Amino acid sequence: MSAVAESTGAVRRPARSRPGVRAVYRWELFKLRYQKRTYLGLGAAAVVPIIFVVAIHFRHHRDAGGGDFAFASYLTKSGLVVPLVILLFGAVWMFPLITALVAGDIFASEDHNGTLKTVLTRSLERWQIFAGKALAAATYAVVAIFINGTVAVIAGCIESGFNSVQTLSGSIVSAPKGLELVYLSLLVYLIPIATVVCIGLLLSTVTRNSAAAVVGTLMISLLFQLIGILPGLGATVPYLLSTQFNAWQGLLRQPIDWSPIVRAVWVCALYGIPALGTAFLVFLRRDVAGG
Amino acid sequence: MTNPADAPTSPGPAPVEVRGLVKRYGELTAVAGVDLTVEAGDVYGYLGPNGAGKTTCLRMMLGLIRPTEGTVRLFGRDPLESVHALDGVAGFVEAPTFYPYLNGRRNLELLASFDGDDARGRIDEALETVELADRAKDRVGGYSHGMRQRLGIAAALLRDPQLLLLDEPATGLDPAGMRDMRLLIRRLADQGMTVLLSSHLLAEVEELCNRVAIVRTGKIVYEGAIAELKRSAGATYRLSTTDDERAMAVCRAQPGVGDVRVVHGRISFTADDGTVAELSQALIEAGALIQMLAPQTVTLEDLFFSLTEGDGVVDEKAPAVATR
Repeated sequence: MSAVAESTGAVRRPARSRPGVRAVYRWELFKLRYQKRTYLGLGAAAVVPIIFVVAIHFRHHRDAGGGDFAFASYLTKSGLVVPLVILLFGAVWMFPLITALVAGDIFASEDHNGTLKTVLTRSLERWQIFAGKALAAATYAVVAIFINGTVAVIAGCIESGFNSVQTLSGSIVSAPKGLELVYLSLLVYLIPIATVVCIGLLLSTVTRNSAAAVVGTLMISLLFQLIGILPGLGATVPYLLSTQFNAWQGLLRQPIDWSPIVRAVWVCALYGIPALGTAFLVFLRRDVAGG
Repeated sequence: MTNPADAPTSPGPAPVEVRGLVKRYGELTAVAGVDLTVEAGDVYGYLGPNGAGKTTCLRMMLGLIRPTEGTVRLFGRDPLESVHALDGVAGFVEAPTFYPYLNGRRNLELLASFDGDDARGRIDEALETVELADRAKDRVGGYSHGMRQRLGIAAALLRDPQLLLLDEPATGLDPAGMRDMRLLIRRLADQGMTVLLSSHLLAEVEELCNRVAIVRTGKIVYEGAIAELKRSAGATYRLSTTDDERAMAVCRAQPGVGDVRVVHGRISFTADDGTVAELSQALIEAGALIQMLAPQTVTLEDLFFSLTEGDGVVDEKAPAVATR
């Protein structure tokens, strides 16, 4: 059979083609399609806006008064406000949890199943496996955010219409411009989300335990929230990860305020790059002794 | 089966060359200075009791864990430097593991795409070889242990290996599964593959392997051909006479007779053929008439236990066995 070497000679045939990061990335995305946690996260991302809009619907009929948060008074006037309000509240735990479901699991589950040793004895370098997995975790997070935003736009517009939006500066922008701002806000929201991915990957690599990594990532996100509300620590607030989840609001000002967005980029990099770098080094050098 | 020892030797580096391999976990030394060489065409048994460090050693050979000291070379390359060292090498440590939510074929497709080359084109052939073609579309989560072991072999075959590293491939299989696994390994070896087989199933190793390393608490206590090991241990005889007490005295006094003792009510001793003839004469002259005198086949199991049991010192019952 040709599947078996034809000679016992030690001269090996040169590899004709070598797989790369793309192969890992493609298969990681394929594997995510078969995992319940993927659908749990994406399902939550899709269902939450619908529940939110249903709640608005019933509250609108009972009490026309708005809440005390940004855009509250506009919730019933334009459906485009719905995704923005969800971004506002989702930062506390929903989006970090959805992100952590995959980022925290992607290495730890391989440890748990013992499959890490299987893939590490093929023709891929460890860095390639790490990169493919990290990209897959990030892709999942991007998909979750955009599913959430899109469902929120659709559900919001069904309930409140595709109408113009009032910015945080008080000016009114047209519905198409408002839609553009919504999607730009989602893009900016991905900056802190990417940091959560990095933290999830770090905990997944270090703890080798899926539950610990997912819960740990969420706890770190909540810890930032807690620090943000503690008296006496006000000076740290601009530099907390939790604060960067509000950077998108700079887009909703006239003129656009880029400073929170720029700050989000470097603050998130300060948290994310060391986390990702540590995860990378740990994965590269670790002994795969289990499974 | 073609005797693997008769296979042509390679002018290139040995498939496996391990020198001074040590792995410590804190205070625990799992592998304590292992040296071994697997030549092209060998079916090499890596024998040892549970906890002797076999799997740790195999993991180091595959680059999964870093040695504390020492080197591993696969066809002359260091698996820690680059995964290219695993070109032409395949196998598994402990039980082969797969993604349980994917079917057997999908798992192989995934691994083939991680292998590159034309590994994907070998999937059908590999499945046929391990007789899993009809179950390839079933989720691996529903596979029996034996099926997973066979899928592990199929996954290894995708790499078109020249060297197969297998960690206890028959462990946990039922008798039929063990037989099938032995036949499969023998078939692969017949086709020219070099095999390093870690096991504590001595019959399996004795049947399949031409050379062995016997490891005890992380150290190799014998490395070489099984035939040489048996030869070096000398022939053991069992003796029963009309007067065993007198026969014992005669045996002990006879030059060339060693290790005289009573085993299961019969006298046991080691000696070569010529000495046994002289001993027979001496027994008759002493009035201890022979009722039974029979050579006892030394099995690998006997030798294994003599090398791996006791107080940490190689048993002197096998004095001719090379020790490290």
